[in-house]
Amino acid sequence: MTMANNTAAQTEMPVFYLKEEHHPETGTMLGFWIYLMSDCLIFGILFATYAVIGQNYAAGPSPADLFDLELVAINTSMLLFSSITYGFAMLAMEKGSIKGTQIWLAITGLFGVAFVGLEIYEFHHLWSLGATPMRSGFLSAFYTLVATHGLHVTFGIIWLVTLMVQVAQRGLIVENKRRLMCLSMFWHFLDVIWIGVFSVVYLLGVLG
Amino acid sequence: MFSNPDLLHFIFGRLSLDSLPFHEPILVVTFAAVVLGGIAVVGGITYFRLWGYLWNEWITSIDHKKIGIMYIILALVMLLRGFSDALMMRAQQAMAFGGSEGFLPPDHYDQIFTAHGVIMIFFVAMPLVTGLMNFVVPLQIGARDVAFPFLNNFSFWMTTCGAALIMVSLFVGEFAKTGWLAYPPLSDIVYSPGVGVDYYIWALQIAGVGTLLSGVNLVVTIVKMRAPGMSMMKMPVFTWTALCTNVLIVAAFPVLTAVLVLLGLDRYADTNFFTNDLGGNAMMYINLIWIWGHPEVYILILPAFGVFSEVVSTFCRKRLFGYSSMVYATVVITILSYIVWLHHFFTMGSGASVNAFFGITTMIISIPTGAKVFNWMFTMYKGRISFDVPMLWTIGFMLTFVIGGMTGVMLAVPPADFVLHNSLFLIAHFHNVIIGGVVFGMFAGIVYWFPKAFGFKLDPFWGKMSFWLWLVGFYFAFMPLYVLGLMGITRRMSQFDDPSLQIWFVIAAFGALLIAGGIGSFILSIVVAVIKRDKLRDETGDPWGDGRTLEWSTSSPPPAYNFAFTPVVHDLDAWADMKKRGYVRPTEGFLDIHMPKNTGAGFILAAISLVLGFALVWHIWWLVAASFIVLIVGAIAHTFNYDRDYHIPASEVVETEDERTALLAKQQA
Amino acid sequence: MSAHSHAHDDHHDGGASHGTYKSYVIGFVLSVILTAIPFWLVMDGVLDSKVATALWVMGLGVIQIIVHMVYFLHMNTKSEGGWNFLALIFTIVIVAIAIAGSLWVMYHLNTNMMPQMDHDMIPSFG
Repeated sequence: MTMANNTAAQTEMPVFYLKEEHHPETGTMLGFWIYLMSDCLIFGILFATYAVIGQNYAAGPSPADLFDLELVAINTSMLLFSSITYGFAMLAMEKGSIKGTQIWLAITGLFGVAFVGLEIYEFHHLWSLGATPMRSGFLSAFYTLVATHGLHVTFGIIWLVTLMVQVAQRGLIVENKRRLMCLSMFWHFLDVIWIGVFSVVYLLGVLG
Repeated sequence: MFSNPDLLHFIFGRLSLDSLPFHEPILVVTFAAVVLGGIAVVGGITYFRLWGYLWNEWITSIDHKKIGIMYIILALVMLLRGFSDALMMRAQQAMAFGGSEGFLPPDHYDQIFTAHGVIMIFFVAMPLVTGLMNFVVPLQIGARDVAFPFLNNFSFWMTTCGAALIMVSLFVGEFAKTGWLAYPPLSDIVYSPGVGVDYYIWALQIAGVGTLLSGVNLVVTIVKMRAPGMSMMKMPVFTWTALCTNVLIVAAFPVLTAVLVLLGLDRYADTNFFTNDLGGNAMMYINLIWIWGHPEVYILILPAFGVFSEVVSTFCRKRLFGYSSMVYATVVITILSYIVWLHHFFTMGSGASVNAFFGITTMIISIPTGAKVFNWMFTMYKGRISFDVPMLWTIGFMLTFVIGGMTGVMLAVPPADFVLHNSLFLIAHFHNVIIGGVVFGMFAGIVYWFPKAFGFKLDPFWGKMSFWLWLVGFYFAFMPLYVLGLMGITRRMSQFDDPSLQIWFVIAAFGALLIAGGIGSFILSIVVAVIKRDKLRDETGDPWGDGRTLEWSTSSPPPAYNFAFTPVVHDLDAWADMKKRGYVRPTEGFLDIHMPKNTGAGFILAAISLVLGFALVWHIWWLVAASFIVLIVGAIAHTFNYDRDYHIPASEVVETEDERTALLAKQQA
Repeated sequence: MSAHSHAHDDHHDGGASHGTYKSYVIGFVLSVILTAIPFWLVMDGVLDSKVATALWVMGLGVIQIIVHMVYFLHMNTKSEGGWNFLALIFTIVIVAIAIAGSLWVMYHLNTNMMPQMDHDMIPSFG
């Protein structure tokens, strides 16, 4: 950046303005990160609610009666696979390969769909056992926490498809790269939340 | 046509002709007045062909200055609504003694005190604070706009649509009768089967999205877009308080969102979070909502502290005393505000150890606040004080706020709180800090920055009238409530038995009338200023003569791009430093300036959210589905618009800047 | 979105570091291991003590969160001039206060106000 003196006569005078256009760094990545932190607080409150009323079974079923850890393990692996495939999409993006980016994004999306599908299956199964969100404080808190995560993943999939269309239309231009990086943060952030969910809700729940 | 109830129910949900309050004469008259006023305004806009101007220059504007001004207009409009509620409550309580039921049935009275609280906090205080920050912060840090200008416009319209939904509840259906925080189990579907609580939930959720996004926006703006040379410890104090406030918004409003979602699920999906049976726990709601609620108090007051800091140093013609202690106090308050929430429900029964912890943290938080008061006093000490209107508000604040702070420390003592909890003493206390702190601060800020926004000062006579009426009116209105509270009178009562209490309520009602005069005078000070604008004109850009921060270095009103060249900062109080060291304003070498384009997307998306909220309130499911889909599709469609910026050509910049050069030359001549 | 979304930010997209093929694979392998261990501990009942198992599950969960933060979210103390990290720490503190505080407050409340309450003992509502 060139800074210029405002008058030649007063050479000792400090510089009070930039003669060239000033371009502050883009704030999008920081802004999105801060948004994610606020989202993290929403999950924090849902976890707090689960922690406080999650043992209120109201003589209904408890986690040990309901949860199928094998299913949860498969579900978790879907999310883990989608994480590394999104990572590969980012690497392809950095190499400038539109095709590679699109393929890895598509694979990521499929893993995401599998995750959401398994979750719907699980909910449907629990519901058929009579373990509905209306049954007890525990089940209300369980469904709300897990479904909020699931809705985030669903939203992530919609966003991912939108970005694939946009990359197909305009290629890996700066705006699209930035959006892909935001979605990357979003996607990996949901992994982190899921670690909390499977540890606290499923594993500790079954442990009793 | 009306023969098929199922079909009608499908189309209109819970909404029917019975939902319109024909039986409430007060509401019918208000409704008639609003309709007539609305027709007059719409007619006027059409007659003067202002629709295009409004749409192009304001509604779709992404200019942070215009958005800030619109926030403040929204707040002042809602202040009239919220204050009419206050007047009705004061009148009711002054009358309803010894068998008289007053003019408001309890059912209506309950809606009024709920609406008063909700409107005053969410749609008066919040927009005032956000509006002021929006207008001032980019100017103070030498930026051309906020970090995300489109998001800023969207945030404003979401806030406005939340306010609109509350206004709709006045005429269609009812509002919550639960008090401003809608505690369950009262707010659960079993005890509040009507639409009131649903209006409450969706109005706050819609406005909350706006508040949260604007918080993210301003944090990033302050972190990323400061002028070169402006390190953190060279930021103006108002910008510092704005940063802390927005950090609090980002870290507190998600809690409100989550809690209201849970309450909504209890009402809509029959879950058991806060119910009385099947494992619900209503106390959890109270616990969670105050985790948001206490930081909210500081979200409102910190920017007011910032305003006072700017005003004191400007009108005492001195650098602010103890800048760094002011900054540290602000940061400490920001963090401490998260560990005091239980003092709002000491009486819940968590026991001595929990209450003791939160009582002590509450008392600790008064220390940095006290340090600030001393800083302002030491700034005044040996200053050349000029008693302009903003300075009057500041001195009024210092006296009033200290009283409110001390009664607050009294309430922080858990045993004392067991006596005073839920009494009028509490009402007096929080009005003492909110009126004496936030309202006085925002008025000081509006008077202080008005000439920057419009190029002329507010009328000083009516400004002073407004200040004195507010100040005296406040003491008349709330000191009696302290007395009544100490006598054990509880809040939210629509009538009383003991006639010996009546005199105190009459005094309070008189105080409320004085405050009404204060509000009227404030509006007059704007009207008179518009009429006499040529006499009150500011052509220098530095109307108070001793502006210290960057916003006073540009013209009044500032051009769309704020600064033709980005300023370089060397010292705290950058503009004072520039003036002292003989800064010469550049008059040539202007370049094209890169700016974001206006867009109607924010307004449209917010309007769809309003429809969605209304449909949710009335269980009109087809409209819920339709508006939700339109909202998502619309938001996605907006992301396909990549053409978001344009350049202001250098020739236009030259023209604008030459005009200012001529004005300044005329001043010197 | 940003007022300055030009080609300029090609160079500085916030200073966020990007992963490499190697770092993603390391992160993935670590997270698979850190997921597998707690599932194994619980599903096969490896440890006798429930408390010990719970502590392992929580501890490994925290380590896995850190692994994800470092290898997938590329979190470090430098990106965005340290603001990302500061925001993260602040959020963790607030979340910790909210969760621990709620548990503490509600536990004392339940003990004081309804000591006889044990939800397992309440008869079914049918």
